[in-house]
Amino acid sequence: MSEYNFAYLNEQTKKMIRRALLKAVAIPGYQVPFASREMPMPYGWGTGGVQVTASILTPDDILKVIDQGADDTTNAVSIRKFFKKTAAIETTELSEQATIIQTRHRVPETPLREDQILVYQVPIPEPLRFLEPRETETRKMHAYEDYGLMHVKLYEDISQHGHISTTYAYPVMVEGRYVMDPSPTPKFDNPKINNCPALQLFGAGREKRIYALPPYTKVTSLDFEDHPFEVQKWQASCELCGTSGTFLDEVITDDKGGRIFVCSDTDFCRKQQSEKFEEAG
Amino acid sequence: MKMNPGIPLLKVENLHKAFGKTKACHDISFELWPGEVLGIVGESGSGKSTLLRLIAGLLEPDKGTISYQQNSKLITLTDLDEPALRHLQRTEWGFVHQHPSDGLRMNVSAGANIGERLMANNWRHYGNIREKAQHWLKAVEIDPARIDDLPRTFSGGMQQRLQIARNLVTNPNLVFLDEPTGGLDVSVQAKLLDLLRGLVSNLGLSAIMVTHDLAVARLLSTRLIVMKQGEIIEHGLTDQVLEDPQAAYSQLLVSSVLQV
Ligand SMILES: Nc1ncnc2c1ncn2[C@@H]1O[C@H](COP(=O)(O)OP(=O)(O)OP(=O)(O)O)[C@@H](O)[C@H]1O
Ligand SMILES: [Mg+2]
Repeated sequence: MSEYNFAYLNEQTKKMIRRALLKAVAIPGYQVPFASREMPMPYGWGTGGVQVTASILTPDDILKVIDQGADDTTNAVSIRKFFKKTAAIETTELSEQATIIQTRHRVPETPLREDQILVYQVPIPEPLRFLEPRETETRKMHAYEDYGLMHVKLYEDISQHGHISTTYAYPVMVEGRYVMDPSPTPKFDNPKINNCPALQLFGAGREKRIYALPPYTKVTSLDFEDHPFEVQKWQASCELCGTSGTFLDEVITDDKGGRIFVCSDTDFCRKQQSEKFEEAG
Repeated sequence: MKMNPGIPLLKVENLHKAFGKTKACHDISFELWPGEVLGIVGESGSGKSTLLRLIAGLLEPDKGTISYQQNSKLITLTDLDEPALRHLQRTEWGFVHQHPSDGLRMNVSAGANIGERLMANNWRHYGNIREKAQHWLKAVEIDPARIDDLPRTFSGGMQQRLQIARNLVTNPNLVFLDEPTGGLDVSVQAKLLDLLRGLVSNLGLSAIMVTHDLAVARLLSTRLIVMKQGEIIEHGLTDQVLEDPQAAYSQLLVSSVLQV
């Protein structure tokens, strides 16, 4: 149906990426360098995630792509289209149906299963970059578990804001060994990343790094004893489905300051709405 | 840490380091005993900083061995792997650089600069880290109210004192100082020297200090090494070397600098 190889990348490139993936799975949280390829989309559009997805995709897979929590944003739609065209695979917006979910920010609210793979598009894979720009130095820090610097960042957060103000890309410790950036997910999703039944793969295209969390990996969010890790909480529940305890987006409804809170995970929200509708009907 | 006074804290044997044709350090041997402050003096380019960096593990020697007392035994540093060496560097040692910007993190607060080593040593209680940082700010005579300020808002002398606090916070056994009073004007220098002298004697620190200021060496160090073109040309008690220099070069050095 097309002039491309299945899923766009040639087999040799896929093999190279799969090798990197295998290494990443074998060393949870460790950033594996890989020879990132040019993709027919700009960096920042998730080329790392796209290359990972392309390398693991089989003709029987059902792909879901989300940006923030939504399936219908430009980025998500175009990546879905890309794989529909280059791999002729089925796509879906339903989390339960998908075998592979590529995401830019969110971990779906619907609990993931062992037969699913979550692929993250990562802009900046190095959690130590903020305080130590030298790559030679950050590599050593990882190699020697020399992670004092990560807490320096959290210390600065507290001293400036009175609490740990990092809400996105909140650093985690993987199996007590590697510090990892779940970038750029909200810290709200950190608990879902922990002990997750699904395989989680992270691809950073511009930075040429791949890392992974095999199923049921222990992932702890860094914190202080007297400033423990906490997820965001909202007073409101979702205006559309009425659920509380999900990650909410604030939506401006008019120019008079009107605003509502709705689930950021559109698929989950729709499902809750229809369940409520069925109960009512 | 308990130290065995019967063996040296540090033992340097036949150390060599060349940069191309430049013999920056040539066949250097000496010992540092627990509680001693050793001064290294010599003209610019004589190899003082290179020697200090070799001993502190910041530079690899071409030849020679360095041993260090740990648990009452001498261990060979030159055999140590890098993680073990880094661990030593951030727990038992300190390194005060001539330029504060080389030894401080300029983009985080004074408190974070002092707290970094604690956090690297697994301190995980914010309140305790902060308390310790405040204690050390006071100890180096910086107003603890400045704890959340960035080092670049500090004067040169304050930055240097912050660097010292950042190093001493883990109670190191051995501190390396490279021209600690280098870029400071005379009155600030005097204050820093006073502070250093107080810390050294109160904490029982052992230290190796590079300086080309013989007055600084006289004030702080018990023993003195004089270097010239990468070699030790004289070595003895500070007072002896300064009062009665044996080598012609030391005589020259002493007469030219101590003419006040
Ligand atoms: N990284 C390097 N590469 C090449 N040459 C170097 C390097 N570091 C030092 N040298 C050379 O080694 C010699 C000793 O330098 P070093 O910096 O140890 O001297 P110093 O006694 O500390 O001088 P100063 O008092 O000016 O700081 C000099 O000739 C210097 O140019
Ligand atoms: Mg020097």
